[in-house]
Amino acid sequence: MSGEQVLFWLFAITACAGAIGVVVNQIVVRMAVSLIVCLASVSALFFLHNADFVGAVQLMVYVGGTIILLIFGIMLTSSSPFSKIESSPAEGFLAAGIGALFLSIIAFTVTQVEWKQQAEKVAAVSPSASVQTGYNPASDGNTSRPLAMSFLGLRPDQGGNAPGYLLPFEVVSVHLLVVLIGAAYLARAKRRAASEA
Amino acid sequence: MSLVLANSPIFDFFSDGAASLEGWPWFFVAMLHTTLVGLFFGIPAGVFIWAERKVSGRIQDRLGPTRVGGRFGWLQSAADGAKLIQKEDLVPKDADSLLFRAAPYIVVVASFAAFMFLPFGDGWSAVSTDVGLFLMFAMLSLEVIGVILAGYCSGSKWALFGAMREAAQMISYEIPMAICGLVPILIVGSLNLNEIVHYQSGSWSSGLPPFLNWNIFHPVAAPAFLLYFVCATASCKRAPFDLAEAESELVAGFLTEYSGMRWSFFFLAEYASMFAVSAIAAILFLGGWDDGIGIVSGLKSANQEFLASAVGAVILIAKASKLVFVQIWVRWTLPRLRIDQVMTTCLKYLIPMACVLFLTAAVFPLALNQGTGRTDLRPSAIGDRVPARSAVSHEVSAAVVPASTEVAAAHGEVAQ
Repeated sequence: MSGEQVLFWLFAITACAGAIGVVVNQIVVRMAVSLIVCLASVSALFFLHNADFVGAVQLMVYVGGTIILLIFGIMLTSSSPFSKIESSPAEGFLAAGIGALFLSIIAFTVTQVEWKQQAEKVAAVSPSASVQTGYNPASDGNTSRPLAMSFLGLRPDQGGNAPGYLLPFEVVSVHLLVVLIGAAYLARAKRRAASEA
Repeated sequence: MSLVLANSPIFDFFSDGAASLEGWPWFFVAMLHTTLVGLFFGIPAGVFIWAERKVSGRIQDRLGPTRVGGRFGWLQSAADGAKLIQKEDLVPKDADSLLFRAAPYIVVVASFAAFMFLPFGDGWSAVSTDVGLFLMFAMLSLEVIGVILAGYCSGSKWALFGAMREAAQMISYEIPMAICGLVPILIVGSLNLNEIVHYQSGSWSSGLPPFLNWNIFHPVAAPAFLLYFVCATASCKRAPFDLAEAESELVAGFLTEYSGMRWSFFFLAEYASMFAVSAIAAILFLGGWDDGIGIVSGLKSANQEFLASAVGAVILIAKASKLVFVQIWVRWTLPRLRIDQVMTTCLKYLIPMACVLFLTAAVFPLALNQGTGRTDLRPSAIGDRVPARSAVSHEVSAAVVPASTEVAAAHGEVAQ
């Protein structure tokens, strides 16, 4: 077993253990810590697969977001420190059913896709020899420059006229801006109503 | 993302000697990296703790430590460590024992992980990656998890107040800090920390001193540097922003229930991340490992690559240490703000200022190009300082980066 495989199994097992910890634990803070362990292990798996930009985003957005979740979870739910969330058997049954459905979708997808053929197709479309990925060699998996280029609508790795992702990128950013302004408006409106009453 | 030593002759040495043990050379290389980074993490932190005592003593018209280790009390940090190891490891009755014990490790590991990406000399970073700055910010932002856990799981009201203040402060100050960090990124067009320094290094060829290429001499980046430094001080929870552990109101904030080694871990992490944010400031704005008068580039052109990197490491550590000294100086000079003043400073002043700077940095090269045909006022245009690699592919690089092939060939093996 190579060092990379050892690391893969290490982080895969930690990610699964963190995910189980979220379900099994009943104390809010421990659940949040298990979630952080799970998400951080997934970002380690991204680093292991040379996707350093995605790994960094995973750390910054998801692990950072969990901190906010933790704070609001504590502030809004718990009346006493280390309060427990005890779910009824019916809730557990329902959640297990939904989880099993989701698992079956993922398992179906994983078994249906022919990964080897996909890898060959990708290799045929993007000959890696002609693509330089910036300051460090492409073999090190420095994906940030091609990623940024494709967000600007340029796909030099697929020939000059291949479409990039400029339109989806702009749509998503406008969407996020609308959400941000909406959130600010809602927070403001609530405070105004409270002061009038 | 790559382990730098793994691409060097040292790695060849390991893999030749241990060819049958697949995976083991990687382990050796990783251990070597970890040890080196650990030294850079631990030793400056110890020195800065001594410096904090010494500087605070001088500012308050005292001598500070004088006796431990002979002159100047230079062994004071080691003596502190020896004392702290002997202390009892207490866990309060009301605390969540597991998380209370784990919190100091989270803080230390987050701060330590940021050091992996710091380029001390030219290419002397443990892990070289094209999103180095982003990763460093991401790692440093994880420190707050440990602080919140420490505060919440202590089972004490002081600690909980401290942790909530820390959470509010960290999450707010990260925004202007990251936006100010983006200003030099807009100027040089790269997130790779080593490449950012390459853009700022230069030679005497234009007749002007090379340090004029540093981003601090860029009209937009200079105010961004000041803003970044304020936010970095706040994000290290240093005075005047040390509301999370304000002794006069919260006993010791999130540190109230800690003692012994676990307490000292928080301080190790604090001084190490002071060094980390100062090193980021040095790399983004002050030319990183470039000395500014042509010593490092002269050594490089004389093919003394190793010596150039070693001199560069000394220069970067000196620059970062100076910024840490400023942080210590500010701590013992300015009074502590109130928590609402801290939040007002960030949300009402720093964030709008950072946003304006970001927009100016985006528009400035366009406006300047209309007037003068250049995108930068500094002696050598950025295109002349592009080191080796082309942007994406050969066709695109010709359009995006007007680097001449001669320059690229001359600096051919600079990178990594």
